[in-house]
Amino acid sequence: MLHLSGASYRYAGYSKEVLHEIDLVLGDGEIVGLVGPNESGKSTLCLVASGLAPASIGGSLRGTLTLDGQPTAGLSTYALAERVVVGFQNPNTQRSGIAATVFEEIALGPMNLGLPVAETVRRTHEAIARLRLEALVRRDPLRLSGGQAQLVGIASLLAMRPRHIILDEPTAQLDPAGTRLVGDALRALAAEGTSLLIAEHKTDLLDGLCTRIIAIDDGRIVLDGPTATIFDDPRLAELGVEAPSRARLSRALADGGFDPSVVGAALAGGVA
Amino acid sequence: MTAAPGEPILRTEGLVHVYAGETRALDGVDLSVAKGERLAIVGQNGSGKSTLVRHFNGLLRPTEGRVLVDGDDAAGRRVAHLSATVGLAFQDPDRQIFAPTVKAEVAFGPRNLGRRGSELDAAVADALRATGLDRDAGTNPYDLGYSRRKLLALASILAMGTPVVVLDEPTTGQDARGVDRVRQIVGELAARGRTVVAISHDMRFVAETFDRVVVMRDGRIVLDGTPAEAFAETAWPMLASTFLEPPLAARIGARLGLGSTPSDEALLFRMGKRLPTD
Repeated sequence: MLHLSGASYRYAGYSKEVLHEIDLVLGDGEIVGLVGPNESGKSTLCLVASGLAPASIGGSLRGTLTLDGQPTAGLSTYALAERVVVGFQNPNTQRSGIAATVFEEIALGPMNLGLPVAETVRRTHEAIARLRLEALVRRDPLRLSGGQAQLVGIASLLAMRPRHIILDEPTAQLDPAGTRLVGDALRALAAEGTSLLIAEHKTDLLDGLCTRIIAIDDGRIVLDGPTATIFDDPRLAELGVEAPSRARLSRALADGGFDPSVVGAALAGGVA
Repeated sequence: MTAAPGEPILRTEGLVHVYAGETRALDGVDLSVAKGERLAIVGQNGSGKSTLVRHFNGLLRPTEGRVLVDGDDAAGRRVAHLSATVGLAFQDPDRQIFAPTVKAEVAFGPRNLGRRGSELDAAVADALRATGLDRDAGTNPYDLGYSRRKLLALASILAMGTPVVVLDEPTTGQDARGVDRVRQIVGELAARGRTVVAISHDMRFVAETFDRVVVMRDGRIVLDGTPAEAFAETAWPMLASTFLEPPLAARIGARLGLGSTPSDEALLFRMGKRLPTD
């Protein structure tokens, strides 16, 4: 379980706090979606929930971050990384820059945890298989398309097998197939007890993945509830967050006097 | 030479590109883009979309085949020259941004093209207004969040006033308002006769913003048509072969036997109702 309590955060060198009194619990095996307009504090919340802010980037945090009952204040970034990992929007931010191949890049995480070589290799292969990256293992990490780089970044996190995963727009550069692969991989992790927080603009992805949705605006949590409830809430549009296609079209059809059940049928029907 | 409306402003003939020691990223692309057209390129990651558009301003050169920009073979023209015709906004804005302020960043391109004085100021002001960055003119680009850095990269290209604007994943990281803004910018560019080519994975944005959709797979064009044609039920198997799904509106329209309804608007129109006003 990841627990943020009364968390308010200010970046180093800035006078104002950008997160205010955030209370957030991620239960084991729970996938929580984080939505909000641009610059509402989603990325900052990802940094704080992963402990990188303030442990790695400085700034000042009021309130506490607790992981599985253990306070994180004063933990080194190394000790934090064993418990919680964060994936960034831009895969180039995350790439180590020291690995010669995609395989090595993915292996760096478990290797840095001090795991035996055999275990590192096993986990690396497993992460590669989960995201179907077999064809890329010998490639130079610098010679990947944006979407491929993003998948490699996520595989690097999976290989560390953390108890808690925070992802900031994990599929921003992914095609629909890659998005689906990531969704399946995250679902499998949650089934094994990992808790996940995913900041995303793609509400269609969150709709099929999350049990709970949190909306933030101006650094505060303004909506928090079950996925279907939040995505049908008209206040979402006022925040500048687009409802998923399912909710948006169901409402449009109902407003037009049509039976919205066709939306569910079309979604269930598949397209192949 | 300037192409007349409807004439191709971009053309590739048998375009092949092989990255050193690797697979054929482009495997024979024949594409003709008319002046004033709004063209979306879709396809899987690694299907060759970014490789293709980088040939339009000479950042990449063909391994085989030809690229014609405004009627001239690009082979004889340098990037600096081609950039006066084709402006390209990268997928990753940080590959493009380097100036100390937002305003200086946006002014760099048009100044390089020889604009000065009031003409330069107007180009910069228009681009900042279109992207909603007017109040950030004095800000350091790296103090902007990702979504606004992305809009800044777009503004820098708009300010150059090039006849062709190429956008690599322009909606990445944008919220609903940001996507609307990009959609509006594409519409305004086309209304002024400029050509827009965009790469996108967002099928709804594609269906609602562009006149034409090209689907790429393994370095080739496998489908080319209007959004209604590209997302019609008959095209679904081809889309599925490259792991693309039509927008939900198209799937509902097909289920109701309404023909091809790639956008919410088309669906509700075919159902005989107008969109509820926001």
